[in-house]
Amino acid sequence: MPLSQLKDSVPVTGMGPQVGAYGVQDTLRSGFSSVKNELLPSHALELSEKNFQLNQDKMNFSNLRNIQGLHAPLKLQMEYRAARQIQRLPFLQSSHLALDTLKGNDESISFEDILNDPAQSEMMGEPHIMVEYKLGMM
Amino acid sequence: MATLSVCQPQLGGFSFENCKRNAVLEAEVTKLGCNVPSARKTGTTICGVVFKDGIVLGADTRATEGMIVADKNCSKIHYISPNIYCCGAGTAADTEMTTQIISSNLELHSLSTSRLPRVATANRMLKQMLFRYQGHIGAALVLGGVDCNGPHLYSIYPHGSTDKLPYVTMGSGSLAAMAVFEDRYKQDMEEEDAKRLVRDAIAAGIFNDLGSGSNIDLCVITKGRVDYLRPHDMANKKGVRSQRLIRPVYAVTGNYKYKQGTTGVLTKSVIKLDLEVVEETVQTMDTS
Repeated sequence: MPLSQLKDSVPVTGMGPQVGAYGVQDTLRSGFSSVKNELLPSHALELSEKNFQLNQDKMNFSNLRNIQGLHAPLKLQMEYRAARQIQRLPFLQSSHLALDTLKGNDESISFEDILNDPAQSEMMGEPHIMVEYKLGMM
Repeated sequence: MATLSVCQPQLGGFSFENCKRNAVLEAEVTKLGCNVPSARKTGTTICGVVFKDGIVLGADTRATEGMIVADKNCSKIHYISPNIYCCGAGTAADTEMTTQIISSNLELHSLSTSRLPRVATANRMLKQMLFRYQGHIGAALVLGGVDCNGPHLYSIYPHGSTDKLPYVTMGSGSLAAMAVFEDRYKQDMEEEDAKRLVRDAIAAGIFNDLGSGSNIDLCVITKGRVDYLRPHDMANKKGVRSQRLIRPVYAVTGNYKYKQGTTGVLTKSVIKLDLEVVEETVQTMDTS
């Protein structure tokens, strides 16, 4: 396999300024902004934890592509996309059973299952806004 | 409570919402000269040794919170699986939660493979989790067990590095314990010799380190048998109060009463107090 096809860098979604429509700060939806808040994470682990699952998936798919060819990650990602659609409305709790089984999360316990369980959270998301965001209307 | 206007559903796991607020609070508090409350640590001596048929793990039992002893008899040898046990040093909550999470994961893994779990599996899981959190989880562990490939002993540092060795020590008293190990360790010891060696190493840590104290716990793991000896040895007994032999038959501890006739009586006068009944009222209680 020629070296140029091997991917060695995975782009990380960082903390940029929150731009809404028209390219300016959307104060109504994302609150007041401050340059210090946007540029620096409040804890060393905040960025890496926010994107941990994403980065793990990217790394695994990249490995799989290098070992087994392009079809392997494509097939898997198609199955993930199909399983992700079997969900309730965004502000309600879904069990993600199919997605967890595919990813292998049904056989492990980590801090995501113990701390800050979204099913036990005190606040509910705003239904209209969450559905609009999911449908891409926002 | 007003509903949050959030576009995406919340995820579980660690939440960093209060970090900025905590940083501001800490700055304010140190300006006033007070101290932020600190986490409970187990300034500790833990150690492990491989002997002929298995592993001996040892730990002291003191948990400190700054300069104060928070727990005089805490248990630092945690259960991971029937054939694997783990001693933990560092922040007490971190070692506790980490070992419990790994124990659950190993149980699920062993159910899915239907085999007894291996020590290398537990080591790999711990190492990957601790590296993910870049040392912010302060758990320094000594992992030991006997599986199908024989006895294994690992030491795991908070940032995720591990060592596989025949004898390991961790914690603030690790240097004292390691001195005893370096002097007297031999390959293929017998069980009694290994227990005595670990007991002496922990005792060295207890007597020479402020952060370790109280009793010595041992855990002996062999193929098919685990002996959890808690406490194996009480190195620091709390003092007994002064004894006074009042009667030759038995000694009374902590008794400060003197027997009648110790003090000589010089004079005795009895004055009777005349009490006059001034007023008598009866208040009925409402018991309905």
